[in-house]
Amino acid sequence: MISSILHLLLLLLAPPLMLGILQRTKALFAGRRGPPLLQVYYDLWKLLRKGAVYSRTTTWVFRAGPVVGLAAVIVAGLLVPIAGIRAPMAFQGDLILFAYLLGLARFFTVLAAMDTGSSFEGMGASREASFGSLAEPALFAGLLVLFVGSGDFSLSGILGPGLFRLWGAIGPALVLVAVSFVVLLLAENCRIPVDDPNTHLELTMIHEVMVLDHGGPDLAFILHGASIKLFLFASILVRMILPTATGFAPLEALIWAAGMGLVAVAVGCVESVMARLRLARVPTLLGGAMVLGTVAIAVLLTLESAR
Amino acid sequence: MLSMVLALLVPLSGAGFIFLARTRPARLLVLLLTTFAHVVLTGSLWLGPRVPAAGALLGVDAQGLLFLSVISVLYCLVAVHLVAYTGRDPRGAPPVFLACHLFSLAAMTLACFSQHWGLYWVAMEATTLASAPLLFYHHGPRSLEATWKYILIGSVGIALALMGTLFLGMAAAAVPHVENSLVFSTMLASADKLSVDWIKIAAVFLIVGYGTKMGLAPMHTWKPDAYGEAPPPVAALLSGGLTNAAFLGLLRVATLCNAAGEAAFVRSILVALGLASIGIAAASMVGQANYRRMLAYSSVEHMGILTLAVGVGGLATFGGLLHAVNNAFNKGILFLAAGNILQACRTSEVKGITGLFRQLPFSAVFLVIGFFAATGFPPFGTFVSEFTILRGLIAGGGVVVPALYLGFLAVVFIGMGAIVLGMVQGAPVATPEGAKPARETFASVLPIVVLTALALLLGLHIPEALGDLLKQASDVPGGFR
Amino acid sequence: MRFLTDSILIGTILISVFMLSTARLGMTVRSFALQSFLLAFLPSLLHEPGFHQILILVGAILIKSYLIPRFLFRAIREVSIRRDVQPVIGFGTSLLIGALLVALAFAVSANLPLPVGVASSLLLPASLSTFLLGFLLIVSRAKALLQVVGYLVVENGIFLFGVSLVQQMPLLVEMGILLDVFVAVFVMGIVIFRINREFDHMDTANLTTLKD
Repeated sequence: MISSILHLLLLLLAPPLMLGILQRTKALFAGRRGPPLLQVYYDLWKLLRKGAVYSRTTTWVFRAGPVVGLAAVIVAGLLVPIAGIRAPMAFQGDLILFAYLLGLARFFTVLAAMDTGSSFEGMGASREASFGSLAEPALFAGLLVLFVGSGDFSLSGILGPGLFRLWGAIGPALVLVAVSFVVLLLAENCRIPVDDPNTHLELTMIHEVMVLDHGGPDLAFILHGASIKLFLFASILVRMILPTATGFAPLEALIWAAGMGLVAVAVGCVESVMARLRLARVPTLLGGAMVLGTVAIAVLLTLESAR
Repeated sequence: MLSMVLALLVPLSGAGFIFLARTRPARLLVLLLTTFAHVVLTGSLWLGPRVPAAGALLGVDAQGLLFLSVISVLYCLVAVHLVAYTGRDPRGAPPVFLACHLFSLAAMTLACFSQHWGLYWVAMEATTLASAPLLFYHHGPRSLEATWKYILIGSVGIALALMGTLFLGMAAAAVPHVENSLVFSTMLASADKLSVDWIKIAAVFLIVGYGTKMGLAPMHTWKPDAYGEAPPPVAALLSGGLTNAAFLGLLRVATLCNAAGEAAFVRSILVALGLASIGIAAASMVGQANYRRMLAYSSVEHMGILTLAVGVGGLATFGGLLHAVNNAFNKGILFLAAGNILQACRTSEVKGITGLFRQLPFSAVFLVIGFFAATGFPPFGTFVSEFTILRGLIAGGGVVVPALYLGFLAVVFIGMGAIVLGMVQGAPVATPEGAKPARETFASVLPIVVLTALALLLGLHIPEALGDLLKQASDVPGGFR
Repeated sequence: MRFLTDSILIGTILISVFMLSTARLGMTVRSFALQSFLLAFLPSLLHEPGFHQILILVGAILIKSYLIPRFLFRAIREVSIRRDVQPVIGFGTSLLIGALLVALAFAVSANLPLPVGVASSLLLPASLSTFLLGFLLIVSRAKALLQVVGYLVVENGIFLFGVSLVQQMPLLVEMGILLDVFVAVFVMGIVIFRINREFDHMDTANLTTLKD
């Protein structure tokens, strides 16, 4: 009971801090002092107190978009073990639910964007939809490798104490899955090199353009939802890379926190060092992630049959 | 043993001497002497044993000796023709060009002596590299394009063959207690114990790889370009020599598969490739506008016949080996005659050439003779070999394969005949202003005469020694016993 | 040790896949150099380190990671105006076909029995994948230089297979193979220089004058 509440609190309150670290890293790279680490909390608080303006061409879908987005992501978060704390919800097959809850969030964001009737948002919606559909096979290939390797069909089971042993058995395949997961993290959370979160130029926006018309609490929900999504992906990645099984809860939490900080800094570094890919090349990147997944499956099957 | 080593060293040292020689006559003299010495050495090998020492990397076996003799004779006669050809061509006789003739001869000699799959592969790769500069004699965009395609496709084929060779190594390694060796006779002896999966995949890779070097369809695309742009003497060497060296590899693959019990598997592949080659060549020859490309397709067709013969096995193997010998001589006749025609008329286009009977009587006559020989007319040797193969096909059962074989050969006859007969008959074309009138010299005609005599000899009466060698060569698993 | 071997093998496959997706000539050549460098260590990891292995290590690194890339870079400098190139069938399609080829290689390898005592079950799939991906590179690229790199990747696949799985190739033959690769690339390079001088470009897609 206590652990579930702890899990939920962490899920709701920690992600903006991660975004803050990310933004600080980018600022330091650019030679600036940068915003305070808690800046995103202040932004959320400011946005929640504002009023919202709704266009007359929109319907309930536009209002539902951000709400469903945030709700779906939070429910998805309940499936993922965080900081060594067990996930409040876990059952066989929950990794499919996880993937599709995130898909639901994206779906409603896209719908809300198209609901405005503006061609600008429509363009962003189509880009987001196509890149999302390219990223899904890679995600599922990675999940498939994890499932077949561990024999467990639940995220909590896969990412639980048995992960360390799994590395010993099918290490090379897991390396490939981890690398493909890094690419997915950047793609699904609209980070460079797939999308620039700071851009406001029509030719370069994907995610930003979809949320252009939202304001006030809606924007707060979207911002929070995006941060939670990044948090979840990073959490899974950290767990995959640091599969500790000490059994000592505070130590696990500490290791996890360190890992998350590292991921935030790493993403910040990647954002500062690389430029965004040309839009026509993004499918190649995602295709590469899918090939990584395919090779991981092939390697897994070979290693399994050799054992 | 000594003869073998000498047969390898003589061309190599000859190539070195060509670089030392300063004048064109000197270089040509070195070339002639070297190739003649090579023929003599090869002849001396006929007297020796024809079974290689067990486990040796190099050795003389019946098939290798057969092909080597043909290659050697062809090289010598082409060298004689080169005396006339380089005399008339503005490019003359550059040392690299002549030396590469000898380098490729050495490489083919190594291929015929190799008893080890890996060594054979090295020799085939060496032939590709040594013959590439030969294609590039007439510098220019077309030659360059042909050379590039030849090198690239040839190297890709050779890479496939290398992988196949390594797979063969695995075939023995995967089975415990089997002697692990890539020496041909050793593998053959333990063939029934080798791993079947590896043998099959090795066979596929080797057939496709060496088939590319032979010019089988669908890997033949480099042939029309290469033979169309190379100087005709070089094309004669490639189509008579290189194809036989590559065919040796194919023959050995088929033998090994038959011994390993995979006869049906390899038979289907070879028959399919053979028929495809003959068919595609036949279709491409009809209405061909360039007579050198037509000859290239003729080469593809004959390679198809050889493959078909090996695939069917039995009596057809004997016919196939005889056909390899015939084909080399026929291609020599055709290409050397075409070389004379090219230098006289300066064009490769068919429509620009008529009346060769009046203009170049000797070459025209031999072109027609070559055409009859290549399409299997009696009394030439090709008739005997193609008929033997037909008998083998019919004995192998089935009606479709012999019917297709005959049908395709008929199409080839019609297509080639239309082109050749159109070229030689009619009124001669007026010589361009200021150009030297076409002449035929002794050196440019003598080799063709010798080759024709050989082709006739094989058709009328196969000498006893040659017949024995052919029987020995086809006495392999799946062959004619 | 096993992990290191497996990582090298997977790295080889991934580098080959990466070569399919990059547009830059220099990057392709550098990837090949890296791949050859990684592969050179394989014999020492798999067999007992001995004279044979050291010789192959030194020879392979010298020829394939240093000499040949240097030669190719010189070719790029002297011959190329455009340093990047679009493949004939597009990057996305190349990657897709590449993934299919890798899957095919793994599937075929599952059916081929390996001798007892082979260090890693990934050896055969890795070599077949590299081999097939090199072919794809040759077929899908129109620039002569990239076709040469594709041929070299094919040779890397063969090298991987040869040094790891085949025990009884005499050293002579292995050295002969290495030498052949070097000479083949040399000859190809010469032809490329000539192509550039003749045609002012390296685009083999434009070599289409010879046809029926």
